[in-house]
Amino acid sequence: MRKFVKNYLSYTVIGSLAIILTIMGAIGALPGTTLALLEQSAIAIVLAVSLNMVVGFLGELSLGHAGFMCIGAYVGGKLAVLLSSSLGGTNILTVILALIIGGLAAGLCGFIVGLPALRLRGDYLAIVTLAFGEIVKNIIENSEFFGSHTGLRTPDFTTNRSMRFMLFTIGAVVVLLTIFVIQNVIKSKHGRAITAIRDNEIAARATGINVTKYKLMGFVVSAVFAGLAGVLYSYSVQSIQAVTFDYNYSIEILVIVVLGGMTVNGSIISAVLITALNNILQTKLGGNIAVAKDLIYALVLILLVIYRNAPSLKTFREKYNLGNLWIKLIKPKNDPSKVGEDAVRWDVVPTKISMDEVLSTDVIIDTTGDNSADIGERGGNK
Amino acid sequence: MKFLETLINGFSIGGIYAMIALGYTMVYGIAKMLNFAHGDIIMVGAYVIILFLPINPVVSIIAAIVLCALLGITIEKIAYKPLRGASPLAVLITAIGVSYLLQSLAQIIFGPNPKSNNLFEKLFPKFLESHRGGIIAIGSFNIKLSTIITLACVALVMIGLTLFVKRTKIGRAMVAVSEDKGAAQLMGINVNKIIMITFAIGSALAALASTLMMLDGQTVNFTMGSLPGIKAFTAAVIGGIGSIPGAMLGGIVLGLIECFAQMAGLGDYAVAIEFSILIIVLLVKPTGILGKKRREKV
Repeated sequence: MRKFVKNYLSYTVIGSLAIILTIMGAIGALPGTTLALLEQSAIAIVLAVSLNMVVGFLGELSLGHAGFMCIGAYVGGKLAVLLSSSLGGTNILTVILALIIGGLAAGLCGFIVGLPALRLRGDYLAIVTLAFGEIVKNIIENSEFFGSHTGLRTPDFTTNRSMRFMLFTIGAVVVLLTIFVIQNVIKSKHGRAITAIRDNEIAARATGINVTKYKLMGFVVSAVFAGLAGVLYSYSVQSIQAVTFDYNYSIEILVIVVLGGMTVNGSIISAVLITALNNILQTKLGGNIAVAKDLIYALVLILLVIYRNAPSLKTFREKYNLGNLWIKLIKPKNDPSKVGEDAVRWDVVPTKISMDEVLSTDVIIDTTGDNSADIGERGGNK
Repeated sequence: MKFLETLINGFSIGGIYAMIALGYTMVYGIAKMLNFAHGDIIMVGAYVIILFLPINPVVSIIAAIVLCALLGITIEKIAYKPLRGASPLAVLITAIGVSYLLQSLAQIIFGPNPKSNNLFEKLFPKFLESHRGGIIAIGSFNIKLSTIITLACVALVMIGLTLFVKRTKIGRAMVAVSEDKGAAQLMGINVNKIIMITFAIGSALAALASTLMMLDGQTVNFTMGSLPGIKAFTAAVIGGIGSIPGAMLGGIVLGLIECFAQMAGLGDYAVAIEFSILIIVLLVKPTGILGKKRREKV
């Protein structure tokens, strides 16, 4: 039997949190605003973990994640509206059906876009995903079927306490499912192929990995979960508008992923933290400080990326690497034959081949060349 | 007549896109990065014009161009230079961060509400008295003065930039750096200086583009640069990113598509049409219409 990833920490933490919160909510100890915040966090976790599949593990930049979410939200929302007369809009079966169909629709779009787009890479792929997000937004915005500019009204779950908890529980299940599936995909043979492509596409191709297939796989999995997040979103807000899912929304998700260090657990923590921070800043302070939060995120994003990637800070980083220290503390044995889920090192291309490493299981192929740092040439694409 | 008007409008809007696209394409050619913050420099330029407009409209335009060029250099020095040689993804994310930063700064300083501008009224008060709405009518054919100015400016910039790149020492150094940075450095070209100049020129062109947009009555707010930025970027990619004639061609193609889509009653879907064309072009010829193919080496 195949082994599943033992990330008990996040499963137990999220699972027990969900149970405790559901019980607390059932006895009426939680105000509605806290519940709304928890729903938002759940959506943010699903979005961040699924985007991390593309950005952290596949090593490509997707700027159209909100587009997939938009498809999920509209398909799921419309389905609930269509079923409201027969099955009931707030029925649990409707929600599950909407989740399945919304996820599949987003996945299908991911497949249709990914199939041609994944021939491109890097900057070009980022542009195509951006273009895709804008096309989806533009078409849905002008489509009568989806309520055009006025938006789409979805069933209201907030009227009834028990219905709201049902939605909340479903959200928690979707979060756990997302983490479970993505971690297992990454730890599988397919996942190793995906991370190999990230580390060096040409070398991966040379070792017989079907690059297009695995890229597409990562892309579609990511799209499916973005679609699920969209369905959750459409039920938690009662009325959806295509304008919400614009380019800036995709960027916000990207910010969460990057601040989380492009790992699964990091994305979860950063999604919860940023959602909570956003909410607190907006409701408690309002006005200019709410705007200042964007400024702070932008600054943190720039400084973090520079700190983590600047070639001139390399020695400094190696000397004071908190991440490495942390890994050493919790994982004393460092087994290089296993692909760690810590995608922290995606940005570091090895510049030297040591004999020990060559003799061990890993093969590292140098793409930048040793002279790259001196003249500032970005290697590999001359 | 309708067709001719649409054609001229297409050229004028396309010219503005081309001017912005030149900034993207030059930076890409030389620094090998997508400067996502380029669109927001348009926005900064617009706010500078609004700030200086009470003093003198001409001064405000010059101030916008100079300050934007300085801003471009500063952004390059602080945010992009430390990442030279790092992974392309890291540079792209930083550029997105800079774009986010400029937008939120503008929102804090100038507030979220759009501001109207009276640049045209201030520049041509006498013309407006004789021509209502700044429109010149020749028979049944109507053309705005701002359109004529835009067309003239775009033509001048394109000719000037082409001559600059082909004839001057700095221009040829730019071509050399875009061909092979290492070899250019060995030939005694100061690569850092060339990158700095590229950012300055690109940002100055963005400021000029924002002037032209404001002449046409564009309202100013903190997200005004996003959409033209993304569209110009699309134009640069369609034409072949890294190629100067490609950016000009791509911009004009995009402007014509936009105007003819509007004429055909598909104005609502303009964005979808433009981006679909981008995707199609990229799939058929991934390097764009005039882009050069680069072979990947291990």
